[in-house]
Amino acid sequence: MAKKSYREAIREAIASEMRRDPRVIVMGEDNAGGAGAPGEKDAWGGVLGVTKGLQPEFGADRVLDTPITESAFIGAAAGAAATGLRPVAELMFVDFMGVCFDQIFNQAAKFRYMFGGKAVTPLVIRTMYGAGFRAASQHSQCLYPLFTHIPGLKVVLPSSPYEAKGLMIQSIRDDDPVIFFEHKLMYDETADVPDESYTIPFGEANVTREGKDATIVAFGRMVNFSNQVADELKRDGVSVTVIDPRTTSPLDTETILDSVAETGRLVVVDEAHPRCSMAADIARLVAEEAFSDLKAPIKTVTAPHTPVPFSPALEDIYIPTPAKIRDAVLAVTRGRAQ
Amino acid sequence: MSEIQPIVMPKWGLAMEEGALTSWLVKGGAQIEKGQEIAEIETSKLANVFESPASGILRRLIAREGDVLPVGALLAVLAPATVSDADIDTFVAGFVVEAPTDGGAGGAAERKLERAGRTLAYKVTGLENAATPVVLIHGFGGDSDNWLFNIDELAKTRPVYAVDLPGHGKSSKALATGELSELSQAVADLIDETGARKVHLVGHSLGAAVALQILRDRPERVASIVAIAPAGLGDRVNAQFIDGFIAAEKRKDIKATLQFLVGDPELVSAQMIEGVQRFKRLEGAKEALRAIADKNLPSGRQTANFRDLVAGGQAPVLILWGERDAILDSGAARGLPSSVKVMLFDNVGHMPHLEAASKANEAMARHLEAADASSRTG
Repeated sequence: MAKKSYREAIREAIASEMRRDPRVIVMGEDNAGGAGAPGEKDAWGGVLGVTKGLQPEFGADRVLDTPITESAFIGAAAGAAATGLRPVAELMFVDFMGVCFDQIFNQAAKFRYMFGGKAVTPLVIRTMYGAGFRAASQHSQCLYPLFTHIPGLKVVLPSSPYEAKGLMIQSIRDDDPVIFFEHKLMYDETADVPDESYTIPFGEANVTREGKDATIVAFGRMVNFSNQVADELKRDGVSVTVIDPRTTSPLDTETILDSVAETGRLVVVDEAHPRCSMAADIARLVAEEAFSDLKAPIKTVTAPHTPVPFSPALEDIYIPTPAKIRDAVLAVTRGRAQ
Repeated sequence: MSEIQPIVMPKWGLAMEEGALTSWLVKGGAQIEKGQEIAEIETSKLANVFESPASGILRRLIAREGDVLPVGALLAVLAPATVSDADIDTFVAGFVVEAPTDGGAGGAAERKLERAGRTLAYKVTGLENAATPVVLIHGFGGDSDNWLFNIDELAKTRPVYAVDLPGHGKSSKALATGELSELSQAVADLIDETGARKVHLVGHSLGAAVALQILRDRPERVASIVAIAPAGLGDRVNAQFIDGFIAAEKRKDIKATLQFLVGDPELVSAQMIEGVQRFKRLEGAKEALRAIADKNLPSGRQTANFRDLVAGGQAPVLILWGERDAILDSGAARGLPSSVKVMLFDNVGHMPHLEAASKANEAMARHLEAADASSRTG
């Protein structure tokens, strides 16, 4: 088993599904060509190179370049999915999704429901999210809560190369529209990823650390930060469970509630803004379903309710850090019964 | 100074570079026996108790609880009472952490054997040694990593091959039938690949039945057998475990199933569960497990029986079994002739080579050396 990067894991998943199923196609800006020269092939593989190498193997009929018109090509991908293909469309930065909300929210997400369950829309939209890339307010947001809000969409946040491959294969095989969030700072992270195909089911949380004193629920890149904090705190005698829900829709509420029943303390770590976020959603779930299990008030660690700053100094303060997560865990575990 | 023995951070598996000493299970000044559980150590992959590699008085505890140390770092010092404190201070001051050697699981090479379009994956180490090689065969649902605590020890004196059975680990998942003969044929291919005239076979559970099938089919290639919690000596098996292991998908269910395997349920770590989940997600893995179970355990009973073969004395056989085995009852080892050595472990479940690694390693090494010696004189 070789070490592979998050980027390679996603590419390998798409390539293996393209070999397995001729209905799988890839489309997006510079996914096939790029670099501006007419006729240039496979120059970029998307803005950060995830689809590089697919066009030479699968040809121009299955790896398509699109105009810089998100509303048009996301609409085309939804239509292709509704009529028999299984498109994997790349929408560069999730920040640009606004111009195609109608195609996603009103069309793709609604087909199954409005056609009495007879229509399927096996569409995957890959998109980059997250701050820390020095890319300012319009290229750094964590908009997964918006998509989680819409019934009919599935929302996936892989937290490691291993997770990325299994969740991407599952996304392509799923018959509903899936929004697949790739954190742009994770593309070069490497880990053991099997060469063989495998799927990771949606709605099944991963427990990445097991502990008795507190539960952290974390999303995407924040899972790594939380694991790091759990490992540090273990040495200080505080044992922490870390839960990676993997998908925000569907959400594995059972694993979260079971863990809070054991630990009685909850910290939610979410890189998105605090209002109407996954942090707010998980806090609501636990307050409503497990209030009597709680031994301390719930804490959330999120970005502030401001746009992502361009100033590097401010951006660094903006993003949740291991130190902030650690403080939150220590706050909820302070004075715990030994 | 040779009376002073360092206890160092062990290397458990290919990926381990450092480990955390979570707690000491012994106090400074205590008399330690080889194989005694002295500390709990945790890596990014697993947590386990660390058994002392030697006997002596624990003169110094160097590592503190919570320390994260590289492989080979000094954890403690053993020495007899006659050694002065000053000598121990000198030893500690002069101790140099050696870079992990190529020997042992740390340096075990991963290899693949292609036969008839299928891949058989295995690890190999200890090739610099001249003694008869040993082939380690894991059980149902396992893989070559199950020998993490044994491979280093055995490789000190002989080449060690640890196979991933067909349908398991990194070997091809597609099976022709799932019958025992398909598994034993694959291991026989590996035996041919070693180039050795004879090999020792160490099999755990289903892997022991595979070893015995090879002894039946090709006795001329088998120097001796170590059968750990073996299948093939009776017809009973914990069908609840087998069905549960195949069906379980959620980590909660996998955890409950894995707890059948060990005497102490606390040994089932999050990392073990994750490892099993990762294996079972691989395309074709579940189907392979189902095929093997259907062929070898139809209606929850074992089909293969090697009692007569084991009793027949065709090769020296050592049986290791945990008395608290909840998968295969150690009672099946009763009634065999005295030529078959049977060693039972108290408070140990289905995994003696993991749960009581030092004692199991010692028993295996003794058995293999004796078999080598008798083949030289015979």
